[in-house]
Amino acid sequence: MEETLSIRRSLLYVPGNMPSMLQNIPIFNCDAVFIDLEDAVPMNEKDAARLLVKSFIQSYKNRNKEVFFRMNALDTEWGYDDLLTVLPALPDGVRLPKADTPEIVERLDTFLTECEENLGLEIGRFKIIPSIESALGVINCIKTARCSSRVIALAFGAEDYTTSMGIERTKTGEELFQARNRVVWAAKAAGIQAIDTIFADVSDEESFTREVRLIKGLGFTGKSLINPRQIDIVHKIFAPGKDEIEYALEIIEAIKLAREMGTGVISLRGKMIDAPIVKRAARVLRTAASLGMIDIEISDEVIHGTK
Amino acid sequence: MVQNSLGRFIPEIYNGKKRIPYKTPNTIIPVGREYARPVKAFRPGDRKLLGSLREAIIASGLKDGMTISTHHHLRNGDFLLNAIVKELDELGIGNITIASSSVHPVHAELIPYIRKGVITSLECGVNGLIGELATKGELDIPIIVRSHGGRARSMMTGEVKVDVAFIAAPCCDEYGNMNGYYGKSACGSLGYSHVDARYADKVIAVTDNLVPHPVSPIAISQTCVDYVVAVESLGDPAKIVSTTTKVTKDPIGLMIAKNTADVIDASGLLKDGFSFQTGAGGTSLAVAENVRRKMLEKNIKGSFGSGGITGYFVEMLREGLFHTLMDVQCFDLNAVKSIGENFNHQEISADLYANPFNMGSIVNMLDVVILGATEIDVNFNVNVNTESNGYLLHNTGGHTDTAAGAKLAIIVAPSIRGRLPIIMDDVITVTTPGENIDIIVTERGIAVNDKHPELKKELLKAKLPVKNIHDIKKEITDITGVPRPVQFTDEIAALIEYRDGSIIDAVRRVKE
Repeated sequence: MEETLSIRRSLLYVPGNMPSMLQNIPIFNCDAVFIDLEDAVPMNEKDAARLLVKSFIQSYKNRNKEVFFRMNALDTEWGYDDLLTVLPALPDGVRLPKADTPEIVERLDTFLTECEENLGLEIGRFKIIPSIESALGVINCIKTARCSSRVIALAFGAEDYTTSMGIERTKTGEELFQARNRVVWAAKAAGIQAIDTIFADVSDEESFTREVRLIKGLGFTGKSLINPRQIDIVHKIFAPGKDEIEYALEIIEAIKLAREMGTGVISLRGKMIDAPIVKRAARVLRTAASLGMIDIEISDEVIHGTK
Repeated sequence: MVQNSLGRFIPEIYNGKKRIPYKTPNTIIPVGREYARPVKAFRPGDRKLLGSLREAIIASGLKDGMTISTHHHLRNGDFLLNAIVKELDELGIGNITIASSSVHPVHAELIPYIRKGVITSLECGVNGLIGELATKGELDIPIIVRSHGGRARSMMTGEVKVDVAFIAAPCCDEYGNMNGYYGKSACGSLGYSHVDARYADKVIAVTDNLVPHPVSPIAISQTCVDYVVAVESLGDPAKIVSTTTKVTKDPIGLMIAKNTADVIDASGLLKDGFSFQTGAGGTSLAVAENVRRKMLEKNIKGSFGSGGITGYFVEMLREGLFHTLMDVQCFDLNAVKSIGENFNHQEISADLYANPFNMGSIVNMLDVVILGATEIDVNFNVNVNTESNGYLLHNTGGHTDTAAGAKLAIIVAPSIRGRLPIIMDDVITVTTPGENIDIIVTERGIAVNDKHPELKKELLKAKLPVKNIHDIKKEITDITGVPRPVQFTDEIAALIEYRDGSIIDAVRRVKE
């Protein structure tokens, strides 16, 4: 699947030091997991958790979702050991905490390239999701989003961000408005995804639902989650509406017709249909199909035409 | 020893009685007439009220070798059974059989009296320490485990003759009319004890809430009651019912519940007239919550909810999702409150609920029942009696009855419990035969019994994660490994009766 079309609506944190929760990763219906070696793991368990996560990822053969792990920051004593231990188990990528500057991400990029060479892997295999979680990180995120082709998404982290600002995080999130917008701009401008911060009060489904609606409206493509109970709510809100699906189907039909006529552009009810619109329609339909709302597959050929 | 149709070795004679090996759910056809107690008369002006439990025991003629019974609506808060046995011991009466509807952990107080020979036989299932000690070989007493319907049957046929039934009555008048709705020990329905009131030779009502005659409404009537005794307290109200029963928050339980509700939806049974039963466990309640939402969404009016009733079902009754509740036992305070207030929340006897040998029990009219399991095997046989360590810790309850009666019997269980796989090649004990189980829902997949190919197709069409039970088992044991089997001796600690009285399995003592 083309990178920009990978669906990452729900990205669930799973503590890296808890086997009972790791074992359930295959059965949750989230799009991706962040196996956490950073904040969820106490200092005296860092080594054990790292080995546990490595064993789990190795044994997770039939991958039905993307597997990222949140390493400890590069300037901690654990960061590089996390990478050296876990990467050979072949996760999809790394969530990098405290990605305050593009230089930090570039440093990780270089190290990942070395690892890929040593492991005999394709260069660029391991993806990076930088955490934008400080005032500095927010200011620099426009550059961070473009600093490496490994960066597939920016992840906003509001807990650390509010701490860096010396402010309280509220459930309505007015204090996050500027930062969220900037992260979304940076991601959209770079053509990558934007993932919103966690919502900590698992039992408050109402406020959580409101927040998911808000961030979807701002342009975020997904959200970091701390409890599996939050997954379905995100999917429901991110699910395309019935009208949206019907319109997307019409667009795909129209472009198929256009291609048969030997052109890449066609008018549908007075509106011009071209590549970006087809791409968006395909994304809607793929999302709908993944939710079981429709039963059709959209091939890359339909989106891009045959060469 | 003989082998029953499930390959389980069953003694031909146990506790002095010939036993019939289980064959199929419908093999046994009843013969003869119902057991009847002697005809009695009670004249105007005669009095039933006696001063103490001891006086009532003496008046009832209870003596060595007889059988007594109590009900378990007071659950782990019950004071009565322990108090009766203490009195019996003080009166020098021994060799007694207990044929209560269930025995709970609170009745571990009986253990010294079992060792002393006051109690020498248990014609009832046990929850807790007594069963554990019996399976460890530390307590020597024959035990026959029966389902709720099986118990009603055994008393109706006279297989179990109760000489003196003691009925804890939370609201009772001096002529013996009673209900369980009001008073400090209110427990709601007295469903299990209706059969005791009907078949026991002598019936003693014991109350801590003596009210003027007549009690209203009457659940069990004065015509069945020989004596009435007022005591200080029947039990510990805090342990009689849970204050609330709650939907699980565990993501695995919620996932199982969601899948289960989707299974019910896809089965085509979720339509007007829908009838439904669940237990009080967190996952069962989550299933109820999911089903409730679907019913509201589709504007479905169900017919009845049955079994042990929780506040959840009460809420569904109030919302008009059920026409009535058929309540054999109340599980929480909301259910107790409702049964005393709402005409459509009716008390039913264990006979009406689940007896296989009458002209049709409520379970026969059930569309869907949600049940639990301690273990499940690849042939869909279910164990609810023994734990993975082999100890007999749980009673059968209505498991076998509802599974046999309902159109769709669904087992919900997490695939791994305490690091042990829930699905195995052979369960330690068969409580309910695989033939009665239709679907198993775990978080790793849904298994459909081979006898339902059409249903399986429907579930696959609904994009539910249907898998072969062997594949689910493998998926689980790939994580957990295969545990070393528990080692047993040849000595039998208990027999598990199928609801028709045939023996479906024997619990053996563990080698320690």
